[in-house]
Amino acid sequence: MKLGQPSTLPRWAQLTILPVLNLVAALLVTGVVTWLIGENPLECLKLLIHGAFGYGEGIGYTLFYTTDFIFTGLAVAAAYHAGLFNIGGEGQAYLGGLGITLTVLAFDKILPFWLLMPLCLMAAMIFGAAWAYIPAWLQARRGSHIVVTTIMFNFISYSVMLYLIGHHLIEAGSQNPTTREFGANSWMPAMQGMAAAIGVHLPNTPLNASFFLALIACGVFYLVVWHTRWGYELRTVGTNGDAARYAGMNVPKVIIVAMCASGALAGLAAVNELLGSTHRMNVDFTNGIGFVGVAVALMGRNHPVGIILSALLFGALTQGGLDLSFAKPLITREMVLLIEGLVILFCGGLENLFEPMLAGLFKRGK
Amino acid sequence: MTDFAIELSGICKSFGAVAANRDVEMNVAKGSIHGIIGENGAGKSTLMSILYGYYQADAGTIRVNDVEVRIRNSQEAIRLGIGMVHQHFMLVDTFSVLENIVLGAEGGVLLSRALGAARTHLKQLNQEYGLEVDPDAIVGKLGVGLQQRVEILKALYRGADVLILDEPTAVLTPQEADHLFRILRTLKAQGKTVILITHKLREVMDITDAVTVMRAGQVVGNVRTSDVDRAQLADLMVGRKVNLRVDKPEHEPGAVVLSVKGLNLVDARGVRVLQDVNFQIRAGEIVGLAGVAGNGQSELLEVLAGMSEATSGEISYKDLDLVRRKYREPKAAALRKLGIAHVPEDRSREGLVKAFSLYENVILGYQCDRSIRRGPFYKRRELVARTAQLIAQFDIRPDNPLLRAGLLSGGNQQKVVLAREIHADPDLLLIGQPTRGVDIGAIEFIHRRLVALRDAGKAILLVSVELDEIMSLSDRILVMSCGRISGEVAGKDASAMALGLLMGGGEKH
Repeated sequence: MKLGQPSTLPRWAQLTILPVLNLVAALLVTGVVTWLIGENPLECLKLLIHGAFGYGEGIGYTLFYTTDFIFTGLAVAAAYHAGLFNIGGEGQAYLGGLGITLTVLAFDKILPFWLLMPLCLMAAMIFGAAWAYIPAWLQARRGSHIVVTTIMFNFISYSVMLYLIGHHLIEAGSQNPTTREFGANSWMPAMQGMAAAIGVHLPNTPLNASFFLALIACGVFYLVVWHTRWGYELRTVGTNGDAARYAGMNVPKVIIVAMCASGALAGLAAVNELLGSTHRMNVDFTNGIGFVGVAVALMGRNHPVGIILSALLFGALTQGGLDLSFAKPLITREMVLLIEGLVILFCGGLENLFEPMLAGLFKRGK
Repeated sequence: MTDFAIELSGICKSFGAVAANRDVEMNVAKGSIHGIIGENGAGKSTLMSILYGYYQADAGTIRVNDVEVRIRNSQEAIRLGIGMVHQHFMLVDTFSVLENIVLGAEGGVLLSRALGAARTHLKQLNQEYGLEVDPDAIVGKLGVGLQQRVEILKALYRGADVLILDEPTAVLTPQEADHLFRILRTLKAQGKTVILITHKLREVMDITDAVTVMRAGQVVGNVRTSDVDRAQLADLMVGRKVNLRVDKPEHEPGAVVLSVKGLNLVDARGVRVLQDVNFQIRAGEIVGLAGVAGNGQSELLEVLAGMSEATSGEISYKDLDLVRRKYREPKAAALRKLGIAHVPEDRSREGLVKAFSLYENVILGYQCDRSIRRGPFYKRRELVARTAQLIAQFDIRPDNPLLRAGLLSGGNQQKVVLAREIHADPDLLLIGQPTRGVDIGAIEFIHRRLVALRDAGKAILLVSVELDEIMSLSDRILVMSCGRISGEVAGKDASAMALGLLMGGGEKH
C-alpha cells in the first residue's frame, strides 16, 4: 500500500474497525505512560469511564461538554467541505459570546424569555459569522491563507475580549474579570428543570436545552450539505475548484458563505456555555473547545453522525478525565490533556496507521 | 543465448477480484523500440509497473538480459538498467535540471561534487542523444516537452539500458512528439531498448519495431510492426471490426447560431493569445477548429463558454449580444441557461468532480435548475433515475449511478460529461478534445453521437488536436495559428497536407 492510494478496505470497516483500533492504540500508549508514573492503568481507565458514564451527574457533564464539541466540530466540518481549514473556532465562539453578552445586558430587563432567547441565538451566530467573515474575505478576494488568518484572529479575539471585559463589561465594583449575572429570563432551560416538568428526576448538572439545539444543528447540517444546491456548490468548490468555475459557480462567494456558516456554528457553542451554564461572561470561557472541534471533525470524518460520536468521546474524556484527576493526585489536568492529545494523534494524524495491516487481513480472509 | 533485453512469461496479477494481467508473455529484443498497445484498462500500465518493481506479480517470471530476476522495488529495477518515464512527471519544479537529475543519486553529504560530475556526464548525454536540455534551467519554467526530456535524461543518468515510456505523447504537441520520436530513434541507434506504452495506433506504426497488443489483461498478439497495418491492430485491440471513418450524410446548415467578430484576448503576461478572430457557426453544422495545441484554441473555447472574458470583440448568439449583456450570475452559468453547452478540454480537471457519484456529476453546471429540486432539496431519486437512463443511452460502464466518477475509465468519464451536456439539449455545443485519452471503441461511439446531434439541427464547435478527428467530423474546418484563424477549408476537401500548411502559417519550422 503506497501513500495516496485509495483504501481497499470496505467502507463499513473504514468507519468502524479502524477508529476503534486507533482509539485502542491511543489508550494503550496512555496506559504505558500511566504505568510509568506509577499508577495502575486499568484502574485509571475504570475511573475515567465511571467518571464519564457511571453516574447521573457524570453523564450530565459529559453531554454538556459533548454539546460544545458538536457545535465546534460542525463549524470545522462546514468549512472543510468548502476545502477550508478553519481553526478559528475558538475566536469565533468567543465573539459569539460577546454577541450574547451585549444582547443580554441590553435587553434582559425589558424583554421576556421567548423574545430574548431567539435574539441571543441570532446574536451568537451573527457575531461568530462576522468574525469568520474577515479571514474569509481575505482568503476569497486576496488569497491570504485561511489557516494563518484564523489562528491570528484567535489571538486578536483574546486580546479584544480581555480589554472589553476588563474595562467595559466588568461588573461594577468586582475584582473578577466577569460580567454581572445574566437575568434569569435569558437562561437556557436546564435539563434538570425540563425533566422535572415531566416528572423525571435528574441530578443537577449544567446540561441544558442547547444539547437539543446541537442535535437539530446536526440534522440541518446533513440536509443542507448533501441535499441542497448550496451544499452541492460547497462540496464542489471544496473538492474541485476548476469544476466549480466550469459549472458557473461563484467561488469567492461560496467560500465566504461557508466560512460565515462555520463561524455561526462556532458562535452557538457560546450559547451552551454562557446561557446554559455560567450565566455570565467570563474571560477564557471557551477554554480550547474550538481546537477540540478540529479533532472532532477530523475523527468524525466531517459527517454529522461521526461528529456526534466523536464529540461524545471527547466529552467523555473531558468529564472522566476531570473525575480521574480528582481521584488520583498523580494524574494531573495535563495528563488528561495528554490522553486527548494521543486520541487526536492516533485518530486524526495517524488515522491510516493500521489500514495496510487490516487490508491484508481482509484480503487473506477472501 | 537470446537477443532479448526483457522476457516476461506467465505474468499474472490481480487486484481483488479483478485480474489486471493474465498469463502475459512478452519478449523485447535488445536495441529495439517495442510498443505495447491496448485500450484503457487493458493492463499495459500494470504490466510495466511490475517490470519496474512497483507491483509484485502473483505468478510468472521476469528475465533481464537472459537472467531470471525478482524486482521488488524501483531501486532494484534501476540497478538492472531499467528506467521509466511516467505519464505524470516526477520532477521538483523549483529545482534546476541538474539538481533534478542528481536527485536520489546525490552520493555524499556535499552536493557540489555530485553536481560537478553530473554536469560533465549530462553534457555528454545531451550530445550523444540530441536532447538539447539546459542543465541550469529551472524545471518548472520548462515546457512539457522539455520536462519529459529531463525525465529521459534522469533515467539515462542512472544507467538505464531499457527505457519504459508511459503514454509519452499524451501531453505533447505534434511537434514535440516528433522531436521525442527523433530522440527515441537516436536512443535505439545507440543500442538502448525502448518500451512505449500507448493507445495511439499512428505512433505504433511510425516508430516501433514490434508490438504487443493487450486486451482485458491478456496478450492478444505479439507482432512485427512491418507485418500489420492500422486496421488490423485496431481490430486486435478492440476485438471486433472498428470503423475508423465516420459515415456522415450530407446536411444543409440552417440559420447562424454563433457569430464572432474581431475577438481579441491579451493574457496576464501581456501575450496576445487571440487576434482578430472572426467566424460563424450555423445550426446543423460541425465546425472543426484545428491547430497545434497552444495556439489559442483553448482560450477561445473558454471565452465562448463564459469562463473568461475577451479583451475586445463581439460575440452574438442567436440575437443576443453576449458581450454587452448584463449578467446577474457567473457567466458560465448564464450561458448554459441560454442553451450553450460546453464539454471542456480537460474533463477530469474541469468537467467532473471525481469524488462525487455519477448522479451528482450529472447536474454539474445545471445545479441551479429548479426542475430538479423540490423546495430547497434536490430530487435525489429522480436524479438517480435520470443518470441510469443516461448510462443506458451512452453505454457507460460500470452501470451504477451511485458509483464515484473517479472510478470510471477515461473513456467512460468522457461519456458522462458528453451525456450530461447532450441531455441539456443545447442549441450550441462547444466541445474540446472529445476523444483525448479515450479508447477506440468509445471514440467511434462519441463520433456517432456528435454527428447525430448535428443532424438534429444543433451547432457544434469542435476543438481537437487530432487531425483525423477534425477531418472526419467537420463540415467546415477553421485552422488556428498563433491566435489567428489562418484559414478555412471545407470538410470534404480537406487534406492533412493542406491543414498542416495552414497550421504552420506564420510559424517558423
